[in-house]
Parts: sequence; C-alpha cells; structure tokens
Amino acid sequence: MDEKPTRRVALKVLGATLGAAAFERALSPLRELSEITSVGDFMQKHYRELSRDEMNAVLRRLEDETQQRYGREVTIRDVRPTEGVQFAYALNLSVCIGCRRCVDACHVENNHDRPTHQSYIRVLEMTSGSMDMEQGNTGYDHTVPAEGKFYMPVQCQQCENPPCTKVCPVEATWQEPDGIVVVDYNWCIGCRYCEAACPYHARRFNWHKPEIPAAEINPDQSYLSNRIRPQGVVEKCTFCLHRTREGRLPACLEACPTGARVFGNVLDPNSDIRWVLENKRVFVLKEELGTRPRFFYFFDV
Amino acid sequence: MAHSGVPHHLSYPRFLLKVLDRATDGTWRFYAWMFVLTAIALVGANTWAWQVARGMAVTAMSDHVSWGLYIANFTFAVGLAAGGVMMVIPAYLYHDEDMHDVVIIGELLSVAAIVMALGFVVVDLGRPDRFWHMIPGLGKFHWPVSMLTWDVIVLNGYLAINLHVCGYLVYTRYRGERPDPRWYLPFVFLSIIWAISIHTVTAFLYSGLGGRPFWNSALLAPRFLASAFVTGPAFIILSLQLVRRFTAFKVPEGAIRRLLDILRVAALVNLFMLAAELFTHFYTGGHHAAAVRYLWLGMHGHHELVPWMWTSITLNLGAVAVLLTPSLRERRVVINTALVAIFAAVWIEKGMGLIVPGFVPSTLHELVPYAPSIAEWKVTAGVWALGLMVFTVALKVGLQAMTGELRAPGAQADLAVEAKEVA
Repeated sequence: MDEKPTRRVALKVLGATLGAAAFERALSPLRELSEITSVGDFMQKHYRELSRDEMNAVLRRLEDETQQRYGREVTIRDVRPTEGVQFAYALNLSVCIGCRRCVDACHVENNHDRPTHQSYIRVLEMTSGSMDMEQGNTGYDHTVPAEGKFYMPVQCQQCENPPCTKVCPVEATWQEPDGIVVVDYNWCIGCRYCEAACPYHARRFNWHKPEIPAAEINPDQSYLSNRIRPQGVVEKCTFCLHRTREGRLPACLEACPTGARVFGNVLDPNSDIRWVLENKRVFVLKEELGTRPRFFYFFDV
Repeated sequence: MAHSGVPHHLSYPRFLLKVLDRATDGTWRFYAWMFVLTAIALVGANTWAWQVARGMAVTAMSDHVSWGLYIANFTFAVGLAAGGVMMVIPAYLYHDEDMHDVVIIGELLSVAAIVMALGFVVVDLGRPDRFWHMIPGLGKFHWPVSMLTWDVIVLNGYLAINLHVCGYLVYTRYRGERPDPRWYLPFVFLSIIWAISIHTVTAFLYSGLGGRPFWNSALLAPRFLASAFVTGPAFIILSLQLVRRFTAFKVPEGAIRRLLDILRVAALVNLFMLAAELFTHFYTGGHHAAAVRYLWLGMHGHHELVPWMWTSITLNLGAVAVLLTPSLRERRVVINTALVAIFAAVWIEKGMGLIVPGFVPSTLHELVPYAPSIAEWKVTAGVWALGLMVFTVALKVGLQAMTGELRAPGAQADLAVEAKEVA
C-alpha cells in the first residue's frame, strides 16, 4: 500500500470519476422533469400563505402552464368560502338506480385523466336487505336497476373530523370553513398517507400526468378544485367548490336523472338539505369511526 | 500522547481524509463487492429517476393498494435499525465485556439501516422535488399532529445520535486519546430509548388509522419490536462471522452467544404475538378478519399473498425449531442457515404481509390485488445495495479504528488495553 501511493490515488480518482459519470447517466431521466414541474412551482409558497398578488401571479402561471402542456386556454380562479355557509350532501338510496351518470359528470367537470376514466365517485351495487359492503360490487356491467339490488354511490364524505388531514406531514390538505376538505396540489409531496387514512376510498393519486385532449378540457377551473392536477400528487372530491361556492350545484347532482341527490347549506333553514336532515331518517357510513361525515344517506320509506 | 497537542480544526480534516483513504482501500474481494453493489445501486437510481419523471405508474401500486414494496421495506429497515440496540443494551447496561468489543458494529448497522429507511421513504414520494416542504421553518411541518412528522424526527434523530457516538469514538481512537465518557455515554443511553421509539412511532403510523382494521391494533408496536429484535441480532451475528473470516478483527464468541440468546427469546415472543393476533381475528370473524383471511387463506378466488405467508411461517417455525434444539447449538452452518431463514421470514411477515393486507380488501371492501412491478424490485434492490455499501464502508473504518490501524501519525498505539474500557 505504501510503495506506490500516487498510483493508488490516481486509480481511486479514476474510479471516483467513472462512478460519478455513471451516476450522472443513471439520473439523466430527471431532465424530463421540466415536463411536469417548473421553477415557479418549486418556489411556490403554501396556498394559505400566498398574498392576493402572489396568488394572482400563481394563477396566471398555472394558466400559462396549462396552455403549454395541454394546448388549451383556461381560466383558473381562486374561489373562497362564504361566511355562514356549511355544505352538506344527502343521497336517497331508494331512488338511485346505479346509472353512474354522476360518475361521468364528475369525470368531465373535474378534468380527470381520460385513459383511466378517473372519477371521485364509485357506485356500489348492493344486495337488498344488506348493508354489508363486502357483498357490494363496483364493477357491475348490466342494465340497471337490477332485480334485488340497490345502489350506493360513495365519494368524499367531507368529514367534520377528517382522518386524512390529520396525517398529512406538510399540511397540504385541510378543512375549509365551509366544511370542504381540499388539497393544495402544488404543496402535496405525494406520500399518500392521506389515502391510507381515508376510510371511504375518497382520495386519488396522480400516478402519471393526467391526459386530456384539449377539446375535452373544462376551461372553467379553480385552484383548489378542478384544475388539471400535476403528476405525483393526491386529489379528491371538493363538492365542486368552484360551482357550489358561487351558488351553483355540484356536477354530480345536476347529472342525476332520478333526483336522488340533495345538496345545500345546512345553515339555511329553507334549504332542501335542511329539510332532508330534519325529516328523513338519515345515516352516515362507518359512523363507529367517529369521522362525522357531512354526506348522508337515507331511504324513502 | 504526541497527537493530543494537535488542535481539532487541523486534526479533524486530516482525519476525514484518512477515513476516505481507508474507506476506499481494500483487497480485490472488497473492490468486487463494492463494484457489484454500486452496479445494483445505479440500476436502482436509474429506475427511480424514470419513476420520478414518468410518474409512479411504473409501480404496481394503485388507489386501492397505495403503499407497496417500498413502504414494506421501509418498515423492515426501521426494525433492523432498532435491532442494533440489542448489542448496546448488554454492552452498556449489563457490562457484557465481549459485547463491548463489538458494540460499534450494532451502532453502525443502525446507521446503515436508517439510511435505507430514509431512502425507501424518498423513493415512495410522488414529488421528491418538494421535499423541502417538510423542513421545519422552511416548509410546513405538521407536528405534532401527523405521525409521519414524528417519524421524521425520530429517524433523523436516531441517525444523528448513532453517527455522533460512532464518529466520536472513531475520531478519539484516531487521535490516540481516551474518549471522554461525558461526550458519548449520555448519547449511548439516549440511543437505547430512542431505538425503541423509532419502531414504536413507525408502528403508530399504521395502528393509528381507524379505517384500516388490519393495522388498527395495539399489538402492532410490540410485534414490531419483537420482530426487530429477531432481525437485528440475526443480521449482526452473520456480520460478525464475516468480519471474523475476512478481517484481522477479533470477534469474541461470547457476543455471538449472547445475541443468539436474545434472538431465541425475541423469536418466541414474536410468534406468540402472531398467534394471539391470528386467534383474535379468526375466532371473531366478520369484517375485521377479512384482511387476515385474504392474507392466509385467500378470498373470492384471490390468493396472491398466500404463498408468501406460508413460506414465511414455514421458515419462521423451522428456524425457531433449529435455534431451540440443544444438539444443534455447535453446528454453525445449521445455525447460520436458520438465521438467514428467520431473517427472510420476518422480511415477508413485516413487509408484504403487513403493508399490503392493510389495503386488501379496500375500505369499500373491494379486492384489488397487488404484486410489485419490476421497477419496484429494481429500486428496492438499489436502496438495499446503498445500505450495504454504507454498512461495509462504515464497518471497515470503524473496525480499523478499534484495532488501532486507523491512527494519526504520532499518536500512541497503547490503546489495546483501553479499548476494552471504552468501546
């Protein structure tokens, strides 16, 4: 070892250089990152720390990025909650026929990935006389409603005590004052802990960059809801807050042909939702978990 | 001690250079081993880079099974890191002389295993570029509410404590000085409590989720610790024999015996808790048993994990039988085979057997199976290779410091006696 120190050192330097070069080659796919992220994205602050001006700059940047990556001009707004509003949803299981038009409406409204036909709603075909989800089936493919079955659409329950926001290590998801649980898609690190924590299978992860043909993009978008999500982050149902916070109804409700869905502000004594909660025997899913959903189910009898 | 006079700001950089020099010196065997590990790590790095660029669709995970092989190995690696403490406890709490001589191997294993654990978390992130969002002060660290932030603290803390203890001992040894107990003993005792905490917090990540009945058990943390005290000692016993074979370092037989004793007890406790859990699930039945039924027996025509679990339990029971048979105690080859078997058994039980059934059936009782993709296996192999590289190099430097081969010019070489008191 001591006889030829210089030769040995030279060999080590050569080895280290080759190793570094190989490492650089190995990581070269990261050059493609410019397709999914940008300096602006990297530097961006958390949603709740952005000033008005900063927010506007972010929205313009996101619109530009959508134009570049998807070839479509869109408007992205930041729609805030209104004081004195608490949203709730109810679903009449007696009239739902399992047609899954709500699933499709969600898919279109929220600019979901086309190839996977992503949606925030799953409809379980259940056996009459049983609330056992284990007997349920989401993959049914026949004329509905089928004999001896009832249908139970499940989407984010917008829990009052959400297990998903609790576990997030970076506060990328939280509950808004009107009860809607949202995700800052530009802050989420993609650990998917919230997906593990959710008892209702309400969250979705962007396993790849969402694909949507420019012509199919819904250009009316908002920061916290239906803008096209980046790759590698979690998303979820937002009660279509870009619509509902401005007095419109969720896309899934509008699409429902049977009127099974009821939505509104529970603090408004004249609202439909208030009437349902006061007059129907409603129940929530997995009540024993203490999540306190704002999404109620009832039968008409 | 001539070297003691050299001020630290001069001596420490020289020490680091020397460490770098020694870490890259070795026999052809060492170079071959490191070359193979580097090659595997590079394949892993390349696959991970593709995964980051193209998305995690290259894995077999889905919205139903949203954690897989990476988080399984993360959990296992945390156990391995905690297992190192089973050398520290006998050495420092029970003053086991033999264990004292080799305790640094346990500490270095903890360092390497934590590097692996952190690696597995990073490769599981959809957006590793946003890693800074987790840095307290810079980003938004959701502490103390999110258990994941607790895990970040305890894992990095454990890494820091072990790096400090090992680094301090190696450096003082290099300078030919007697280590000052005030600078390392408090950290050694802290590391004992901390080792328990890393695996407890990691178990709480899962057991705190009410929507996942398979994980939602108070027994999860105790089970994690019991199995950690199986895999840690098993890995160390095998490492000690390799050290004995390939280096001049004297490995006392007493240390191996003590570790085997610990392992026997831990393996039995682990099996007992497994049995208790299986009884509760199967006897009660109902929805809470669905995941366990899927795991061990299969369900609705799906049997993806059944072969894994029966392999695991067969290896586990076989190994325990061998380890508890008095007539086999001196049969080193048989014992070593049993150690490899039980290591593999726990890797399955705690990996695929723990993470995946948390998601199958899903929260809406859908049965979507999962089997890792080639990309996941490549990245996983890469992280393991990285961990083994860290362990190899750390061991090389650490042991040379213990034997006095790593010594500053001019430092006294009379530490053979002191070594015992100190390590």
